[in-house]
Amino acid sequence: MRTHLPPVLQHHLTALRMLLAFTVITGIAYPLLVTGIAQAGFSHQANGSLLTTNGTPVASGLIGQNFALPKKNPNDAKEPLRPDPKWFQPRPSAGGYDPTISGASNLGPNNTDLIKTVRDRRAAVAAFDGVPPVSVPADAVTASGSGLDPAISPAYAYEQVARVAKARRLDPAEVKRLVAHHVQGRVLGFLGQERVNVVELNHGLARLM
Amino acid sequence: MNDTLAGWLQVLALVVALGLSHRPLGDCMARVLTTDRHWRAERLIYRAGGVNGDADQRWSVYLRSILAFSAVSVLFLYAFLRLQNHLLLSLGMKPVTADQSFNTAASFVTNTNWQSYSGESTMGHLVQMAGLAVQNFVSAAVGIAVVAALIRGFSRKITDRVGNFWVDLTRIVLRVLLPLAFVFAIVLVAAGTVQNFHGIHDITTIAGGHQGVTGGPVASQESIKELGTNGGGFYNANSAHPFENPNAFTNLIEIYLLLVIAFSLPRTFGTMVGDNRQGYAIVAVMALIWGASVAIVTANELHSVSSTAGHAAGGMMEGKETRFGIWASALFAVSTTVTSCGAVNSFHDSYTPGGGGMTIFNMMLGEIAPGGTGSGLYGILILAIVAVFVAGLMVGRTPEYLGKKLRGREMKFASLYILTTPALALVGAGLAMAFPGERAAMLNSGPHGFSEVLYAFASAANNNGSAFAGLSANTVWYNTTLGVVMLVGRFLPMVFVLALAGSLAGQQPVPVTAGTLPTHRPQFVGLLTGVILIVVGLTYFPALALGPLAEGLH
Repeated sequence: MRTHLPPVLQHHLTALRMLLAFTVITGIAYPLLVTGIAQAGFSHQANGSLLTTNGTPVASGLIGQNFALPKKNPNDAKEPLRPDPKWFQPRPSAGGYDPTISGASNLGPNNTDLIKTVRDRRAAVAAFDGVPPVSVPADAVTASGSGLDPAISPAYAYEQVARVAKARRLDPAEVKRLVAHHVQGRVLGFLGQERVNVVELNHGLARLM
Repeated sequence: MNDTLAGWLQVLALVVALGLSHRPLGDCMARVLTTDRHWRAERLIYRAGGVNGDADQRWSVYLRSILAFSAVSVLFLYAFLRLQNHLLLSLGMKPVTADQSFNTAASFVTNTNWQSYSGESTMGHLVQMAGLAVQNFVSAAVGIAVVAALIRGFSRKITDRVGNFWVDLTRIVLRVLLPLAFVFAIVLVAAGTVQNFHGIHDITTIAGGHQGVTGGPVASQESIKELGTNGGGFYNANSAHPFENPNAFTNLIEIYLLLVIAFSLPRTFGTMVGDNRQGYAIVAVMALIWGASVAIVTANELHSVSSTAGHAAGGMMEGKETRFGIWASALFAVSTTVTSCGAVNSFHDSYTPGGGGMTIFNMMLGEIAPGGTGSGLYGILILAIVAVFVAGLMVGRTPEYLGKKLRGREMKFASLYILTTPALALVGAGLAMAFPGERAAMLNSGPHGFSEVLYAFASAANNNGSAFAGLSANTVWYNTTLGVVMLVGRFLPMVFVLALAGSLAGQQPVPVTAGTLPTHRPQFVGLLTGVILIVVGLTYFPALALGPLAEGLH
């Protein structure tokens, strides 16, 4: 039957059949096999490294969260979030830690809005944590790439100890020990940066109470 | 350990890993592209496709097969995107709009993976894995197939046959890409990348709020996205997203994957032409440019050069992740723009003028250092031909490369190749700047806004796919124009490369004499590097002056 087709059509028919073959192999069989192995061998990681409280998932250990005071009007999407002094605060996020809109601010290195935002954040964070503005680290005043960054620098975590301890009426030394316990070194000693996972830290803080 | 030492060790670890892979992977690919023996699984695929696996093709038939395969792929993917709401695992996503479907189909088939959509709010799981990820495999294989044909042009003599596209395609997917992607997908999952079929599930957060946590078969797509220098993220934040790239270890793995094939192909080239020193000269040029670029971007970011926002913040952390920091972000940014990958682990729009400008320049080099899978090597071989020609002009000899004469016909194909992408990038950016509606798509104003538009067209024309993502490119105009630019930027150069391959294969090699320019010595490495920088520099200097240079000097 194929021999009756004009060569151009036959060429494209071959192409389509090859594409379908590759779709079955690389588009169906391959991801299913990887999923099978992942779920069997590494189900914790494959399902998002979830943290639980009393058996209920409360966070992915990889995805940052807001630690804000309840909104005055829960239905007002525009109402700005106010940080809750009882929790360690994460970095600013372009998408408000909503995993369905991951991404960055994309503001340029000399964008006047960004410069103003950074300065405002520095003043706000310094006042909130009761430290001099000059000591506020860069990660506290810049939005991350993903908008879901779960980590902050150890410097920013230690900066928040006194404020959290005061708000929770805890011994600052105890809170500081908790932070020290959550400082993660570079992977293999040299990859990436030292950091504190705020989600895990706050999860630990909740258990402390 | 301080930042600087850790940063250098990270670069060193990457270089060692790539160095150790160079020979085995390069030799493996050479065997794959030259052996006569078919696997049984391959014979089954040939039967399914109605292909004769033992018949070599002329360059024109080889080209026609590529074009037919790619045309069918665009139509198939377009239909898939338009109809995704009727399919399994659609997660309730709506059909993708017509212009965005065209853009996305063109983008993935051309190995560009420019994304005017946001994965987590546009694509269901099935279209990601059986539509987009399939193109991640086959578009990468198409690039390697084309360079295989070009290498055969050098290594064969007096023949009009340059190989069989269907055989090359099948073998590259089955013997190279699929095994590597599989192994590294498992490594990524073990290290924290997600792999499931969940939709968005709501959780009550630690502080008592609500958060919709996303799912998806991410790791299986992540490994081929890097390995095939595709770069299309499962999620909008791409490799900055913790579910795609959870820590600094997976980050190094991803950088390694996106470089390893392109840095190993020169070995394949050396082996196939019977002189490994030729491959070493090429890989030396690639490594030189990559290394210089890493140094420039890292230095600019570390010192917040010419960035008021960076100085105000006390560091260039806007758009970067804490777990990576500046060193691992800059290393990724350079590696993804000198290859045609385009995945990002930090957002280039917020880089310093020098750092961000360098990522644009990297793409303007034509994705050759080391470039995309296959496309990087054929790109740099074209420039090597130009370098040999320039040297020939200086001494008044008919130039020859690897025993093949570079006559008027060969030089015409090489010149047309070199003219194609700059014409597309510059005309495209110029057009966008001429229309007020398209100018309004910029997020940032002034020279940086122009850089966003220039980046978009440089990225599309060179099939990179990364962006200064502030640009609102999901409009009918940008989707259509960039889609056309990607298609022409991918397939027109391939026409010239394959025509050149055919022309070279037909020649009888000329013997090496005392007057032949040696193309394996440091002298040639220097000459080729110089030619690359001059050709690219002269072409793009005015455009760069209006964007990153103006901003940096401001």
